Amino acid sequence: MSVKIDRDKCVLCGSCIPACPFGLIDLVDDKIQVKEGCNLCGACRDACIYEAITLEASQPAVEVDASARGVWVFAEQRKGTIKNVAYELLARGRELADTLKTELGAVCLGHNIADVDSLIAHGADKVYLVDSPDLADNQEDYLTHGLLDLIKKHKPEIVLAGATSLGRAFIPRVAAILNTGLTADCTGLDIDTEKKLLLQTRPTFGGNIMATILCPNKRPQMSTVRPRVFKKNTPDPSRKGRIIKVDFKKENVTARTRLLSFVEDITEKVKLEDADIIVSGGRGLGKAENFKLLQELADVLGAALGSSRAAVDEGWIPYSHQVGQTGKTVCPKLYIACGISGAIQHLAGMQTSDCIIAINDNPDAPIFHLAHYGIVGDLFQVVPLMIKKLKG
Amino acid sequence: MNIVVCLKQVPGTTEVKIDPQTNSLIRQGIENIINPFDTYALEEGVRLTEKHGGKVTVLSMGPPQAEAALREAISLGADEAVLLSDRAFAVADTWATANTLSIAIQRLGEYDLIICGRQTIDGDTGQVGPEMAEMLNIPFVAYVSKIEEIKDKYLRASRMVEEGHEVLETTLPAVITVAKEINVPRLPSLRGIMKSKSAAVTTWTNKELKIDPATVGLAGSSTQVIKVFFPQRVSSGEILTGDAAAQVDKLIDKLKSANLI
Repeated sequence: MSVKIDRDKCVLCGSCIPACPFGLIDLVDDKIQVKEGCNLCGACRDACIYEAITLEASQPAVEVDASARGVWVFAEQRKGTIKNVAYELLARGRELADTLKTELGAVCLGHNIADVDSLIAHGADKVYLVDSPDLADNQEDYLTHGLLDLIKKHKPEIVLAGATSLGRAFIPRVAAILNTGLTADCTGLDIDTEKKLLLQTRPTFGGNIMATILCPNKRPQMSTVRPRVFKKNTPDPSRKGRIIKVDFKKENVTARTRLLSFVEDITEKVKLEDADIIVSGGRGLGKAENFKLLQELADVLGAALGSSRAAVDEGWIPYSHQVGQTGKTVCPKLYIACGISGAIQHLAGMQTSDCIIAINDNPDAPIFHLAHYGIVGDLFQVVPLMIKKLKG
Repeated sequence: MNIVVCLKQVPGTTEVKIDPQTNSLIRQGIENIINPFDTYALEEGVRLTEKHGGKVTVLSMGPPQAEAALREAISLGADEAVLLSDRAFAVADTWATANTLSIAIQRLGEYDLIICGRQTIDGDTGQVGPEMAEMLNIPFVAYVSKIEEIKDKYLRASRMVEEGHEVLETTLPAVITVAKEINVPRLPSLRGIMKSKSAAVTTWTNKELKIDPATVGLAGSSTQVIKVFFPQRVSSGEILTGDAAAQVDKLIDKLKSANLI
């Protein structure tokens, strides 16, 4: 049993039952019982005024490597261009490092990488630059061991990486070898100043529940963060920092996968992640052809075209347009949701947009709770009027 | 080909209902199902053995009732099923889960390919596949949307990245995770349903696996959940009034004055 209930202290008041966010506590045969699936969040313990609930001593006491210092950002690049998510992580990483009174490092592995100085301008104190023709294709066995070797040598206390298709594929392998904790897709990162630990907050259960996670006994504490969750800082070209060139040692690593070819997705006229304006459609569109109407609005606004999972599942639009928990996270200045009810898994991917417009014929649709401006009405009437007015 | 498909039993919906009075998940009426992303992994495994021969072993870690998910997998074409179930395995984070699964896979014997779904719909991490690959010291390819060719200990596959598709080759054995674009999972056949009822599902506890208890379940987990809460959504927006034309006029004026368009 993970949660211990002292039967002598328990008066069966039942106050722990509604306290469980996962609905796992029940009164069965005059006993409080915890069902499978408990993650020991402690909500029941906090709710019990009789102090009948304790949590099993969670982990054996482990000597924490107190010498681990510094916050690191894995600065992902593709074909020599550093990705925006690296700058976003440097912005947040800078704040974390300042709180911890420590350094911010950036680690960049690749070949002929442009504008490495920009990592310093965006907040890094040190840049560990590993340049080798072998790293040009982001070969993941090489990246895994390249990053691993640097972590083992310099012992940062925190390592952050983008939750991109690359980051989500190889960062877990680094964590597996280091036998340390890794928290996926964080939307919030803070420091517990008393314990000097990283508080990692992430959505779970499709965005219905938020969980705050710690990695108390292992170093480094590792997190992946989706692109566009944090905002990058305005670069300061006068910032001082050091670029440390590191040789890539491939002798002990075998590259077991090889990139043969790359086919670019051309259905996206404007990239969702980089768009200032997104026009997005959901089940309310009714059929694939109706996305043409949204494309027309998007064209007038110079916007990217997004969609809910429902529309992708119906086969109306390719997956690359999907916004949400299992699609892309976006943070445009303007998000126009047409015929999207606002399932929590969709909201998880767009709720930090600066301005959200909802157009839906159902006044009770959850999207209206989030929208800055709402139009309750028929999108097939409203959207053509918008196109006409914007063109005129 | 010996293929291992890892799957997880999860609550059967992502549109979880929250009881507004108690602020907790409503579990009534929610059936447990095979994690939807794992059904694509199973289908791909079954298709590969239909083409190349061999067998598909489905592997899951979970409470005893997860056996139902494995039986369902048999009805969908899996040949053998193994459940890893032990109190000691409970409350595992992704590292401890991957550790338990990878030790069990080695106990299964020879394998050519391990297929996982891209992520679960409850935990949403997608980390168990790559962590397992590293623990088994075999290559890993994520988000596979098409298996182009498989022969002579080589796999050529197309995978999804932000910018499009990449075609990669890898040596086998390997771990891959699949995207839902890879196939359309079949429905259970009558023969499969009959077979699943009588099939033996092997259960391994830690008596069989003999893993260091400090590396499984809660004890083996480096991460701890310290707080759980519900995202707060406070409506502060404005519903525009008037007929459609008036609403559109108001909207566009507001967006223009805010310099948004």
